[in-house]
Parts: sequence; structure tokens; C-alpha cells
Amino acid sequence: MLAFVARRLLSTIPVLAIVAVFVFLLLRLTPGDPAAVIAGENANAAQIGEIRAKLGLDRPLATQFFVWLGHVLQGDLGESFFYKKTVAELILERLEPTLMLSLCTIVLAVAIAIPLGVLAAYRHDTWVDRATMAFSVLGFSVPVFVVGYLLIQVFALELGWLPVQGYRRLSQGFGPFLERMILPSATLSVIYIALIARITRASVLEVLGEDYIRTARAKGLSDAKVLRRHALRNAAVPIVTVIGIGIALLIGGAIVTESVYNIPGLGRLVVDAVLARDFPIIQAVILVFSVAYVLVNLAIDLAYTLFDPRIRY
Amino acid sequence: MSAARKGALGRAVRSKGVIFGAVVMLAMLFVALAAPLLGAVDPVRIDPGCRNRAPGVECMTRDASGARVAMVPLMGTDSLGRDVYSRVVYGARVSLLVGLAVAAISISIGLAIGLVAGYFRWLDAVVMRLMDGLMAIPGILLAIGLVAAWRSGLWGGIVFAVILAIVVPEIPRVVRLVRSVVLTIREEPYVEAAISVGTPTPLILIRHVLPNTIAPLIVQGTYICASAMLVEAILSFLGIGIPPQTPSWGNIMAEGRTLFRVAPHNILFPGIFLAATVLAVNVLGDGLRDTLDPRMSKRV
Repeated sequence: MLAFVARRLLSTIPVLAIVAVFVFLLLRLTPGDPAAVIAGENANAAQIGEIRAKLGLDRPLATQFFVWLGHVLQGDLGESFFYKKTVAELILERLEPTLMLSLCTIVLAVAIAIPLGVLAAYRHDTWVDRATMAFSVLGFSVPVFVVGYLLIQVFALELGWLPVQGYRRLSQGFGPFLERMILPSATLSVIYIALIARITRASVLEVLGEDYIRTARAKGLSDAKVLRRHALRNAAVPIVTVIGIGIALLIGGAIVTESVYNIPGLGRLVVDAVLARDFPIIQAVILVFSVAYVLVNLAIDLAYTLFDPRIRY
Repeated sequence: MSAARKGALGRAVRSKGVIFGAVVMLAMLFVALAAPLLGAVDPVRIDPGCRNRAPGVECMTRDASGARVAMVPLMGTDSLGRDVYSRVVYGARVSLLVGLAVAAISISIGLAIGLVAGYFRWLDAVVMRLMDGLMAIPGILLAIGLVAAWRSGLWGGIVFAVILAIVVPEIPRVVRLVRSVVLTIREEPYVEAAISVGTPTPLILIRHVLPNTIAPLIVQGTYICASAMLVEAILSFLGIGIPPQTPSWGNIMAEGRTLFRVAPHNILFPGIFLAATVLAVNVLGDGLRDTLDPRMSKRV
């Protein structure tokens, strides 16, 4: 098992290295002179030259990469051209809303999707099952922002139960925070629920055909106990895997949700940066999200070896 | 064509999901191509006298010859007085173009890489590490980064830049799929037989391996098409995709954002069209998966 943990840890190094190369190359993928792209259309030759020298764009590509990587590893993500602040500062400022939105969404989605998926598998081929699957296909097809505006229209504008947009930090009180978090997390959770419910149903359905389920039923356990103790527990590995992989989906959705609800998080930061051609921010946000995504999935993989005695490497 | 494959095709054509998906898709294709015949006016014409009309509310405008005529905008008008119905109908062109182009390009590139990587072991490790790295970047985020890099003057214009930006994150998934097929086919007795009689490798790949990738790739292609239409809408909605001069379902909704409280029709109608089309393509994909590629349906 230790060997597996070591191998799994080592395998993230090339992945992260390749992510770093892609992120680094992003600015260099711009057609023409990246310095001119950053400087904007109204810049003169001197300003462009200044940017080129400041970013080290006049040095060989490999040198540029290692200089950049060295800075990144020390937590120096560069300086925003637009905000005139370090990118690390900007990211720290914007981290809380995105993190909170993601956490609330994961909790909400798991709380709804897993019971829904188990129920659909238990009531296989009934209307409950078909409704769950229909919701799942629908969830993958309706764009996040359409869900968002529908929820705003109904719950904020017509019923007036919740605020339309905005964000309050946790430090400003739990009530206002939660009030403004309900609609965004409900919006973002739709696609995540669709994904988790679908995989839960499939893997519970598979487990329900196993001999040990019949044995558990034969010894007189209630259906609820069979489902919880035997079916769900044995079906857990693919479900948890998909929750981890689905984080990529969640990140994409969070960017959109933040725009719909005017939440000042990392998603808004990166979209504004694209419009302002603020490449250090774009690069840093992609890097932060990707590293987080890789590390979460690493943690999930390692957790299997601890919690699932069947997995032995 | 073998009897088994004919059977699968027959099943596919009779499947409800495939019929539903294909009919909606063809209807949207018809809408996109026949836009001028469907009563759509110029989708970019601005009319200051007809701004923010609710659906079905009459307003006076001028026709092509300058005469004053009454117009009843079926889906209302936007904040510049442009006819939302016409924009939605013309918007179908961008969505379908992006969906189909992304599916075609990513499948072609992924197929080529996957075939070669799956067949030559020494290349496999390098290519798959690259793909793992690419997959570690969340798809929409990668597309946003690439659009940022390419939106200023990539050869072929902004629509092409958006298409390519959506293609790149899809490639690793296609490569993985193709490679997994190649790895199983490579061990088949008929491939060994072909090797032993001295068939050149490119011929083995084309004659024996390629046909086995077609069914899973058709299924994967429909899913890519659906997700590409969504990603295009997301990019355009965020204001970094297709610019407003070319109406797309995403940018119509983007322009409706600021006024959505008073004029929700700007978001509602393109939203319905987009969701219905993506839903149809997803249902088509599920139908094709269940009938063409039963192995895959077991995996969820």
C-alpha cells in the first residue's frame, strides 16, 4: 500500500509539470507579439518594449519558463497590469466567495443526489427512476445561467423570498451570507446533482444484483438497512470518484454562476481579466484551479486505500 | 458490412431516443439554413423606436423601402430594438456550426493521436502523460484561457478561435477512448494474423483498427457536439465568445443580462432553443450509445 501511495504521489508530478507548461505557453500562444497584445492597441513601441523587458519576453523560451516557474513555486504569481496589485493578493481576496460557493454546492448536491440515485436504483424502472434519469439528462442540457435566471425570477422577483444578487462575507454575519448563497448554490448544483445521481443509480443498481445483498435480505434486514449498509457502501468508490472528477464541471459552472449572481470570486476575476487582457491573472487562476483539481482527486484516490479494504496495491 | 453491424444500425434507427434527437436536430438545422425564409428580418438592424418590446406588442418601424409599417415582434425586441425572433433564428447557425465543427475537428485530431499512441508503445507513455496534463485543467477554464490568447487576430476570425478553444479540451477524451479501443483490438487474433503475413502497420491501423473505433466515436461525437454548444453559449454569455454583431444564443442572452428584470424574453427564448437543442443531441447520444455500442452503456 505504501508503494501505491508513493507511486500515486509521484504520478502527480508530471501532470502538474505539464499543466505548468500549458499555462506558461498560454501567453506565448497569442498570435504575434505577446508584449503588444498585453500593451493593448493604443500602446507605442517604447511601452511595448518596456513590457517585453519586464516580462523577460526577449530571453529564450526555456529560460523564460524556468524563471516563471521559479517565481510561481515561491508563491509569486506576477503582477496584474490592470489592478496594479500582485496576482497573489487578488486571488486571496477573491478566494472566499468561490470556495464558499463550491463547498455549499457540493454539500447540497451530495445531500440531494445520493438519496435520489439510491431511490432510483431501488425503484428501478418505476416513475421515480424514469423521473430521476429525465432530470439527469435535462440537468446536462440546460445551461447554468438559464437555471440561474429562472430561479432568480421565481424566488427573488416573484416570491421575494431571497435577494436577487450579491455576496456577503461570512464575517458579515451568517444570516446574510446564507441568504445570498442559497440561489447560487442551488443553480450550480443542478448539473452536479445530474452527474452524481446518474452514477449513484448505476453503481447501486449493479451492486443490488450481488449475492451478499440477497444474503442480507434473507437474514431479515430492512430494505433501508440493506441499501445503506450493504448497497451504498459497496457502490461508494465510483460515486466518490465521480464527485472528484465532477469538480472540473463545478469550476466551469462556478465561473458562470458568479457572473449571474454578481459574486466577486475567482470566476469574475478571470472573466474580467480576459476582457482586460490581463494575462498574469488568467494564468494564475487557471493554475490555482488546476492544482486544486489535481490535489482533490489525489486525496480521493489515497482515501480509497485507507477506507476500502478491497483495494490493495 | 457484417450482419451484426447491420443489426445495430437497424436498432439505432428504430430507437425512440435516436428518432427524437435526430428530428429535433434536423429541425434546428432547417431553421438555421432557412432563416431568411422563416420571416426573420435583419438580425443586426437597430431600431431606436422599438426598444425592449415585450413579445407580441406591436410597434411601428420602417421596412426596407423606408415606408412606415407595423411590426409585431414574436419574441420581443432587445435593448437596441433588434428583433429577438430573428436573432434567435440566425443564432441557430452559430450554435450548430460550433457544435458540429468542434465534434468533427476534435474527433479527427483525437483519432489520429489515439491510433498512433495506442499502436506504438514507445509513444504511448509520452502522449498519455501530455493528455493527463491537459485533462487536469478544467475544460471551460482552458477554453477561456485559449480564447483570451487567440481572440486578437487568429487566422480565421473570432468564430474559428472560439471553435479551436473548445476543441482543445475535448481532444484528450477522444484520445483516451480511441487508445482503449486500439489496446484491445491490438491483441485480437486477426491483427496478429495480419502482422504475421507482413501487412504494413498503417494498413493494419486503417483496415482493422479504425473500423472498430467508429461506433464509440459517433456516440462520443454527439456528446461533444452537445457540450460544445453549451460551452460556446457560456463563453458568449460571459462576453468573451462570439461578438454581438454575429447573433448567437449565448450573446443574445448576454445582452439581455442587464435588463432581465424588465425584459426576461431576451434570456428566455434563446435559452429555450439552446436547452432544447442540447437536450435533443444528448438524447440522440444516449440512444446511439445503447444501440450501437452496448459495451459502453454498461459503464453508465
